[in-house]
Amino acid sequence: MSVDLQTVKRVAHLARIAVTEDDAARMTGELNAILGFVEQLDEVDVSGVEPMTSVTPMKMRERQDEVTDGEKAADIVANAPATDANFFLVPKVVE
Amino acid sequence: MTELTKKTIAEARAGLRGKEFSATELTNAYLDAIDRANPSLNAYVAVTHDKARAMASASDAKLARGEGGVLEGIPLGIKDLFATEGVHTQAASHILDKFEPRYESTVTANLWADGAVMLGKLNMDEFAMGSSNETSFYGPVVNPWRRANGDNKQLVPGGSSGGSAAAVAGWLCAGATATDTGGSIRQPAAFTGTVGIKPTYGRCSRWGTVAFASSLDQAGPIARDVRDAAILLKSMASVDPKDTTSVDLPVPDYEAAIGRPIKGLKVGIPREYRVDGMPDEIEKLWSQGIAWLREAGAEIVDISLPHTKYALPAYYIVAPAEASSNLARYDGVRYGLRVPGKDIVDMYEKTRAEGFGREVKRRVMIGTYVLSAGYYDAYYLKAQKVRTLIKRDFEEAYASGIDVILTPATPSAAFGIADEDMAADPVKMYLNDIFTVTVNMAGLPGIAVPAGLDASGLPLALQLIGRPFEEETLFQTAAVIEQAAGRFEPTKWW
Repeated sequence: MSVDLQTVKRVAHLARIAVTEDDAARMTGELNAILGFVEQLDEVDVSGVEPMTSVTPMKMRERQDEVTDGEKAADIVANAPATDANFFLVPKVVE
Repeated sequence: MTELTKKTIAEARAGLRGKEFSATELTNAYLDAIDRANPSLNAYVAVTHDKARAMASASDAKLARGEGGVLEGIPLGIKDLFATEGVHTQAASHILDKFEPRYESTVTANLWADGAVMLGKLNMDEFAMGSSNETSFYGPVVNPWRRANGDNKQLVPGGSSGGSAAAVAGWLCAGATATDTGGSIRQPAAFTGTVGIKPTYGRCSRWGTVAFASSLDQAGPIARDVRDAAILLKSMASVDPKDTTSVDLPVPDYEAAIGRPIKGLKVGIPREYRVDGMPDEIEKLWSQGIAWLREAGAEIVDISLPHTKYALPAYYIVAPAEASSNLARYDGVRYGLRVPGKDIVDMYEKTRAEGFGREVKRRVMIGTYVLSAGYYDAYYLKAQKVRTLIKRDFEEAYASGIDVILTPATPSAAFGIADEDMAADPVKMYLNDIFTVTVNMAGLPGIAVPAGLDASGLPLALQLIGRPFEEETLFQTAAVIEQAAGRFEPTKWW
């Protein structure tokens, strides 16, 4: 399978990465090189093979459903580019 | 004081305990070395002079009282991927500009609890995506090694833990933390004549380590020799309730494995690692490694790992898919860079366009594509099935009685910075990980140990792959190779 310019632009938008025409043209070639490389997997017969979900045979550890952390609003927003009263500020979403 | 920086961790530990020198003297020697060398090598992206001196002073107080942990006063470099409280943590990316976490990663917290001293944060490929350390926002790291032909060409240290490997090889830290998703500890270790181990998935906590591909990422050390790597891994590894994939097994004393005889050990030699176009030098190095282990009493057994060639293509589906998901959090809202836009989506898109470098964008795009509607089964699901087959190959080898597998670590020695072939074709760069990536796909431990020099005088390494959680066998066997091969150091030019 290969991608065309329109597909690259669509994927860039899905990935929330702005691309210029030149970027998109360059990426089309690069992505096709990678997709061409992974095409070798078509040679492998995977019928009846389970997809890997965990590389170590272990059961996900569980814990009590209780609050163990918190009261750290100032720490959480400390690195944000724009905040107000411990809220993250974003451009207006709803008029 | 320069000779202090040449000591291994084991030697420095003995010197500190014997009061031959203080932690402050040792730390100052490293800080001086960094200040002199970093303009040439670019191994550090942040040097924490004050913090280092304060930690060393605290270590001196403990050592004076006859107290202190197993790494008391040992100065280390930390890959920029590990969250360090109040200190530069950017995964060498522009998008994490000025990020200083309010928390400490479990791995680094373990090291500080054992008394280690932080010298600063080490350069790396952006978000650990690369095999040459050229994708860093902070520019490439220069390998302390140069070819012996006198061309003085700058070589890459490998990646993504290029800063870690260069700093250890160039005597800018006693040891370093690193991470490995497809070979990012072992390949740079191989390119710099250092020892690097990627432990079994689940051995080191991933908590507080910037995520790249969560099902593959593992932390491990890069060190000057096998013993130092064992000392560091013992401290880095732990059982951590904050990481649900952390495995509940006690951490053994890895150092105790060094010196154990390997008589009777069954060493597997996988025929599929003899790839087309492999240089004669690599072939010779591998044969030499086999000879050394045989002389030490190991039994050499030819084995087959039939799905080896599919590991790299499967990796380039699984890793970008996980990365595209992990990197979705960099949106200009919670931390780091924000580029204003006409609305919120425009802000996201502009921020990510400016904040991510080319390689990161390439992988996020591939990941987004293979996970997108209509392609999930053809790519991602198929790759995860292939991964099951890759793991099964190893399980069958180990079930047949193989204790450890010996392979080359890389298909070549270090190459030049801005290599034209690599720049023109991303897949060519990816092939650097051809021998290491299988290990991540199967979650196994692997160690790269220096084994010789190529015709131009650059270091080459062998890789040992172990059974899950049998890192001790890797240290035991790697020590035999190290004993036979000797150690390798660059000639100082910086």
